[in-house]
Amino acid sequence: MLKFILRRIMMMIPQLFILSVLVFLLAKAMPGDALTGQLASNPKIDAQTLEEMKEKLGLNDPVHVQYARWMKNLLQGDLGISYIHKQPVNDLLAGRMWNTILLSAAILILTYMIAIPLGIVSGRWTDSWADKLIVGYSYVSFATPLFIFALIMLFIFGFKLGWFPTGGSVDIQVEKGTFAYYLSKLNHLLLPALSGALINTVGTIQYLRSEIIDTKVKDFVKTARAKGVPESSIYWRHILRNSFLPIAAFLGYEITGLIGGSIFLESIFSYPGIGQLFLQSILQRDYSVVTALVMISGLATLIGTLLSDIILSAVDPRIRIE
Amino acid sequence: MTGKPILEIDHLRVSFRIQDQYYAAVDDVSLTVNEDEVVAIVGESGCGKSALALAVMGLHPPQKTKLEGSIIFKGTNLLSLSTSQLNKIRGKDIGMIFQDPLTALNPLMTIGRQIEESMDYHMKLSSMEKRQRTLELLKRVGIPNPEKTYHRYPHELSGGMRQRVVIAIAIACEPSLIIADEPTTALDVTIQAQIMGLLKELQQQMKTGIILITHDLGVVAEMADRVAVMYAGEIVELADVETLFHHPLHPYTRSLLHSIPSAQTRKEKLHVIQGIVPSLQKMPRTGCRFQSRISWIDESKHEPNPILREVEPGHWVRCTCYQHFYFPHDHIGDVGYGIS
Repeated sequence: MLKFILRRIMMMIPQLFILSVLVFLLAKAMPGDALTGQLASNPKIDAQTLEEMKEKLGLNDPVHVQYARWMKNLLQGDLGISYIHKQPVNDLLAGRMWNTILLSAAILILTYMIAIPLGIVSGRWTDSWADKLIVGYSYVSFATPLFIFALIMLFIFGFKLGWFPTGGSVDIQVEKGTFAYYLSKLNHLLLPALSGALINTVGTIQYLRSEIIDTKVKDFVKTARAKGVPESSIYWRHILRNSFLPIAAFLGYEITGLIGGSIFLESIFSYPGIGQLFLQSILQRDYSVVTALVMISGLATLIGTLLSDIILSAVDPRIRIE
Repeated sequence: MTGKPILEIDHLRVSFRIQDQYYAAVDDVSLTVNEDEVVAIVGESGCGKSALALAVMGLHPPQKTKLEGSIIFKGTNLLSLSTSQLNKIRGKDIGMIFQDPLTALNPLMTIGRQIEESMDYHMKLSSMEKRQRTLELLKRVGIPNPEKTYHRYPHELSGGMRQRVVIAIAIACEPSLIIADEPTTALDVTIQAQIMGLLKELQQQMKTGIILITHDLGVVAEMADRVAVMYAGEIVELADVETLFHHPLHPYTRSLLHSIPSAQTRKEKLHVIQGIVPSLQKMPRTGCRFQSRISWIDESKHEPNPILREVEPGHWVRCTCYQHFYFPHDHIGDVGYGIS
């Protein structure tokens, strides 16, 4: 098992290398550079100053030289300096990263808390009114774009009812490290997490539902019934365990989806995470931040798939890795 | 051989719902299985054999199935029991062997756990005793190295070994009746012979009644005491095994036996029963159901509403058409029923 994980991590190195080249080239291919947005359109700055700044920032070097420099710093854990924020990307990310991880984890937990019971009910009692209601909900949530749904949630629960704060990740007055601080964090987290989760459940519900419907007519379930196993144990021991396999396998990919979702959620709820930063950085052409964030989400995706493989091999003896 | 009856199926009808209408897959079947007796049920695919077996086990989905008549097992009508009452009988007094060992075992559970599971509900044993008993069962069904197999998962075993495990599950609580639904169909020929040999041996040791569902007449000749031939949901002929093979009466039985290729006669053409078993929705509900497949026999020779008649003691045949049946001339050779 440990060997397998190590091998998988080794395999991630060339994947990350290819990703880094792609990210770098794509970032370079974006029209304009860090100076285009604010400085170049400023009439007070003449062309020569602009050129000097470009030279100073190394933007005139050949592409491979720029890549090598970026890669060298990356390997040393230095993600560069944000042109816009004028501070190291590392510092810029530190706090936001935790916020995003917190939000993603909250979405994931809420998603499973909602989707698993619904999926089970829907799969076990197919065609019942409860099933129809759940399927109806999952179609609606499938058809609703996250950013519209999040806006509606924000409008109703944030502005109209005032149950939740409408922005930020924590109240400014509370002192860091106190109980009130964590409570405030949680309070800020709930609405965006719930908005994300309610839209995110559809995949898990549908997967689980169709897996249960498939599994409950399988031969080994008949064998179990023929043994005289009571219905509740048939479900828990035989049907559900088998039906959870694809859900477990999907966990890693959920993480990828959450990163994409966080861009909308964090922007709408003005939640200071990397999603919000990502959008801002693209708009402001803050390359070093964009490339750093794409690299990080690439890494998260790879870790997610690794996680999926590990979970799957833990629950399914057929894919147990020697 | 003729012990007291343990299972009496009386006028059983099993109907499935297809688009809000019920169609009978098993129609008016009456059959008795005695202690220590092997009753074979033979017929083509789609003739209702498996539907009958699943009805005895109560394994049809209740929302889509209608069961009429009665199935009396040791004095209790199984059809009147709730699922939880039925669960006290299945696995304990009636064991079932399924057709496909590749799919009949839970892929996520060890072999040992799957065998022990039925003991969990029917026997008061400590976990050590259960384990001990499971190891004995594994040995009894001919699995080499039971200790190792106990911890294995189904995918680590071959088809033949898995079928042995399925048999071990069926006999785990020493049932008085075993239903074997085509136990060798999914296996290759050499393994088939081993599994049938094992079943026969276990039957002789345990004196269980067996309902053996198969379309393999060789297996029937080897194992069965009595044979029920089913066609289109009905029993068309019922007799002890010698009578059935040597004096078959019903045209369907005769055609089936006639279809067995024989090495001695070296017929150039294999005999084929023309047509197919009609689908559930297209099944004729009156008259002789086999009529369409022996079109050369005059319609008037069939009974309008054929019933199963005892033509000689213990030998039952449906419809009068058997009295006038012959193989047409273009069927080459009417010799040898392929049993030797």
